Amino acid sequence: MRHIVIGLGALVVAACGGPGGAGEGTTPAAAAPAAVTPAAAMPAAATFADYDAGAIAGGPGAGKRYGFGRQAAKADIAKWDTDVGPDGAELPSGKGSVAEGERLYMTHCMMCHNRKGEGLPPMYPALIGRDEKAEGFHFASDPKLVKTIGNYWPYATTVFDYVKRAMPLTAPGSLTDNQVYALTAYLLSANKVIAADAVLDADALRKVKMPYADKFVPDDRKGGPEVK
Amino acid sequence: MAKLNRARRAATSPNEGEQGATEGAALSRRDLLAGAAGAVGGALLTGIPGVAGSQGAPAAKARPVVPADPTKVQGAPTSAVGKRTPFFDPARNPTGEVTGNSLTPIEKLSGTITPSDLHFERHHAGIPSIDPERHTLMVHGLVDRPTILTMDDIKRFPQVTRIHFIECSGNGRNAFREPKPDMTPQKIAGMSCNTEWTGVPLAVVLREVGVKDDAKWFLAEGGDACKMTRSVPIAKAWDDAMLVWGQNGEPLRPEQGFPLRLLLPGWEGNINIKWLHRLEFGTRPWMTRWETSKYTDPLPDGTAREFSFEVDAKSIITSPAHPDVLKGKGWRPINGIAWSGRGRVTKVEVSTDGGTSWHEAELMNTPTSKAHVRFQYMWNWNGRESILLSRATDETGYVQPTRAKLVEVRGIGTDFHFNPIYGAKVQADGRVFFHGET
Ligand code: HEC
Repeated sequence: MRHIVIGLGALVVAACGGPGGAGEGTTPAAAAPAAVTPAAAMPAAATFADYDAGAIAGGPGAGKRYGFGRQAAKADIAKWDTDVGPDGAELPSGKGSVAEGERLYMTHCMMCHNRKGEGLPPMYPALIGRDEKAEGFHFASDPKLVKTIGNYWPYATTVFDYVKRAMPLTAPGSLTDNQVYALTAYLLSANKVIAADAVLDADALRKVKMPYADKFVPDDRKGGPEVK
Repeated sequence: MAKLNRARRAATSPNEGEQGATEGAALSRRDLLAGAAGAVGGALLTGIPGVAGSQGAPAAKARPVVPADPTKVQGAPTSAVGKRTPFFDPARNPTGEVTGNSLTPIEKLSGTITPSDLHFERHHAGIPSIDPERHTLMVHGLVDRPTILTMDDIKRFPQVTRIHFIECSGNGRNAFREPKPDMTPQKIAGMSCNTEWTGVPLAVVLREVGVKDDAKWFLAEGGDACKMTRSVPIAKAWDDAMLVWGQNGEPLRPEQGFPLRLLLPGWEGNINIKWLHRLEFGTRPWMTRWETSKYTDPLPDGTAREFSFEVDAKSIITSPAHPDVLKGKGWRPINGIAWSGRGRVTKVEVSTDGGTSWHEAELMNTPTSKAHVRFQYMWNWNGRESILLSRATDETGYVQPTRAKLVEVRGIGTDFHFNPIYGAKVQADGRVFFHGET
């Protein structure tokens, strides 16, 4: 039994019956994206020409395509693409104030995240809190320290992106952009990141710097004998 | 109001994938009963003197009724869909809530393939109901041809079938922070599962849409109620990433991402986006909530590691384990699973004396990259208290560390990627308990 399973992963890459062309002479193994390559050794700047070089058996051949699917129109993309990256480049128009955000919070968020944003553990995360004890990013030494937007999150844009896509939990996607700006303003202000009379729009949100943004470092584990 | 009540109720539920989680529901009697079954495979070995049974749990549930002599009555007819024997009813431990998890009873399974209906779950906004005929994947951003693919389109690409594990990076947080003797392998490591996946290499799709040279990252988005998003470096797409629709010979189970899932072999579970409906190519990561607020690893030097994708090498003994009770001294297999997110497991060692001496275990299947391997070491128990440990080494030369070492380099409060050496303490009375302080 065990023998049947072995090696399948590396071998069964080649698929027959593609739309004609230059499969000849290609070994299945060559077509497999390297199955055992550790990430450290991954090609940094592979292009799809590299992939062509080990073309799929029977496939369309170098530089050619299968031609599946239909073109994604601007409207299709606009419908789904709501993401906002750390530079805020994709932020929509609209604006909202801390005061409006606080009102919205009390109506739409408080029942789960609690009156002061302290959360309801273990299910409902804390959003607000700048408790002295939890300042200074000592989370590794004490699992009881509660992470909040103010004492942990590296980017303010993440609040906007996440609330817009996922909150409130029971009615995701129901908030307008103005409401999301207002809620983001409230959460940032209550976390002592922006002033209590602030109004956020795309420009203002792009400028917000989070207190602990510089604490995040790339993963330096690489395998090998060192335990990190 | 109904919603609110539900929300309040949920506040008592455990949530292993997140910070500050507590343990899942207490062990049921059924769990205890079935707990011994995992050891049966070992007892079938021939030529091993005096294999001791591990069926120590009392028969608290009525046993299924079968004929006294099955050779004297006609058997059951064929059936449309097979069922497990009534003598074996393994179960996950669901919390019944939408943002929770359910863990695989790994101590009850044999071999290396996790049955699909027992594969662990972890959801951030419940399991969506999706009609595969209406489901599409949109690929856009830095590509020559922004494209919408139907499931039919995706299945017309050349396919690959591979065996890989998926492990939630929150797997074992409670056992790491607060090891307790009554923890079962399900509780300790029940969020690592190994299955056979079928799909298309992501590289084929990248080639099809013409990914531009300046694309360095892509965003993968799920079609669930939180539209879960993670950023992935493009090198992974050219390496071994897949878009999968098949698992263990059938379509993905809804809780595993039906109809389409991103599979990034060896990388933490969360980034293997389920219900995948969008891929966007860009120049930088998006810093989503799931790669900033969560799935980052605080370290003792006051920093936090981000984009900690790879799963470090790990192993766990699944038999004997709590709540087994050994019925007497003698020969028995010490048996478990090992895996690494960086390639093949090359060695698993077992200690029966708490780490003073180590012995190389047999690898029961040929190890493949980023997949579970099962190991076994035949042990002659002398009836005295013994601490059993296992430790895995992978092809990069990484050796699974002790818990003390991991606490030293990561801190007790770190949030993800827990792979300490685990132990089982066998008492003189035969009872087995989790030994987490390695
Ligand atoms: C019905 C309960 C509920 C309501 C109402 C709700 N949330 Fe949440 N919220 C949750 C849960 C549960 C999570 C954690 C989700 C997960 O596990 O991924 C969460 C997570 C969050 C997070 C991320 C926290 C973190 O640490 O990563 C933010 C920000 C947030 N909610 C904001 C809001 C805002 C703003 C509102 C009001 C518009 C709101 N929530 C309403 C239940 C709720």
